[in-house]
Amino acid sequence: MDFYLTALLQGLCFSALALGIYISMKIFNIPDITTNGSYTLGGAITGIMLTNHQSTYLILPIVIFAGGIAGALTGLITTKLKVNALLAGILVMTGLHSVNLIIMGRSNLPLISTSSLFSILNIAADPNHNTFWILSVFVAIITLMIGYLLKTDFGIAMRATGNSESMVRALGVDTDRMKIVGLALANALTALSGYMIVQFQAFADINMGQAIVIIGLGSVIIAESFINWFNITNVWIILILVLIGAIIFQLVLALTLAIGVDPNLLSLTTSTFVLLIVSLPRLSFGKAS
Amino acid sequence: MIAINNVHKAFNKGKANQVNAVNGIRLNIQSNEFLVIVGSNGSGKTTLLNLVAGTVFPDNGSINIDGNDVTKTPDYRRSQWIARVFQNPMSGTASDLSILDNFRLAAIRTKAKGLSIGVNDAFKQQVKEKIATLGMGLENKIEQPMGTLSGGQRQALTLLMSVMDSCKVLLLDEPTAALDPRSADVVMRTADKLITDFKLTAILITHNLKDAYNYGNRIIQMGEGAILRDLSGEQKSALKQNDLFDWFG
Repeated sequence: MDFYLTALLQGLCFSALALGIYISMKIFNIPDITTNGSYTLGGAITGIMLTNHQSTYLILPIVIFAGGIAGALTGLITTKLKVNALLAGILVMTGLHSVNLIIMGRSNLPLISTSSLFSILNIAADPNHNTFWILSVFVAIITLMIGYLLKTDFGIAMRATGNSESMVRALGVDTDRMKIVGLALANALTALSGYMIVQFQAFADINMGQAIVIIGLGSVIIAESFINWFNITNVWIILILVLIGAIIFQLVLALTLAIGVDPNLLSLTTSTFVLLIVSLPRLSFGKAS
Repeated sequence: MIAINNVHKAFNKGKANQVNAVNGIRLNIQSNEFLVIVGSNGSGKTTLLNLVAGTVFPDNGSINIDGNDVTKTPDYRRSQWIARVFQNPMSGTASDLSILDNFRLAAIRTKAKGLSIGVNDAFKQQVKEKIATLGMGLENKIEQPMGTLSGGQRQALTLLMSVMDSCKVLLLDEPTAALDPRSADVVMRTADKLITDFKLTAILITHNLKDAYNYGNRIIQMGEGAILRDLSGEQKSALKQNDLFDWFG
């Protein structure tokens, strides 16, 4: 049972990442690989600052800011220098690898007996339950803020940008600026996931972000299947489905490990699983028509 | 309202396949003028419209709108005067957003898109009343995504959206090219009515010579990036539909 609880907690940690990917992928139509780097960036900053006995409250805004800068950089490269968005993301991600190494000083930072987000409050006796409640509140606050943002006039302009750029420009929105802000927001959220996961698993590692974008994509695609099945347009329900997508994804991974799949095959399992959710609806629709 | 002074625009400059899309055009469009532009493909109509809209910038010459030099002003800043309807109904509206959200964005075309929620009950009511004037029965579907509507409905709504905020110039780039004859008729009537009611200055590009004959109070024919014919007021009214066909003969 603990196994699944851990998966649930990991899912909650990854929900910020999933929201970020939802923004870059679904709202802006940009496949943003910066994610791999900004996730590790969030983790690296959290790791080094915690080992230097900084407060988790202080780390939080710094992580958000750093992730935002990374995203804005990708945004600037793709909009101002007209570099393909995918390549821009790869460039920033590659550059961030060095930045992250410099920040951490070495490739792995164990966090033993440092304070963390999960030690600031003692609501439940069981540490896992305690973590669950803190994460839930944390994720709820993030979701509320993003949901509110998407409902505002600015948010409507943001959602329209990925849909019809010509219309949005004709309606007085600088789409370049909008994409930069959007990618900054997406990567700030991604860095937040790094912040949470490092404190949850009590170590930071330079390779923690490897292929992390697939976790976000998988979560969003799971959510998207529900959104399409039930024709959902309500922003709040969509965001909640994205959170649920992140949790389901982790639960499925936990299940594959539980039935005895070799952990070395985990990445292969992950990509096969994502491929399955992407292709299954199409395969069945193909038969129907 | 719009003054185009000796504007040139070439694409693929200096290469073998250079295209001089607009070749030193001078054109003054008065307030409340409804200008129809006809011309064969490649005559420079769309480039001229894009120069006015600000999606492309002239190589030389200047463009003034409402007394402001906008030669180097990007399209999203010119939106304070200009509203556009595109040839492709998909371009003028956001498919995944509800009709309501599309209208909200249009209602703040000339304003900043801030961090407050602008869609409230009063706004919903206002949008419903506006849409009801189309008589398409769409007023009860404002929460539906724009993508569920037909091309004709979307073009009609795009027109309506253009007058949600203060608007001086309306650019219509073959707005009915993708529509069936009946929807095309509805869209053109709606456009004509809005242009009259809101005293707009309008530019219509069309390949439909019947529309060119029926609508507008000035017509120009373009060819090779220049103005070949320019008829306004009574000259345009005196024009017969067959004369127009002869232009392309």
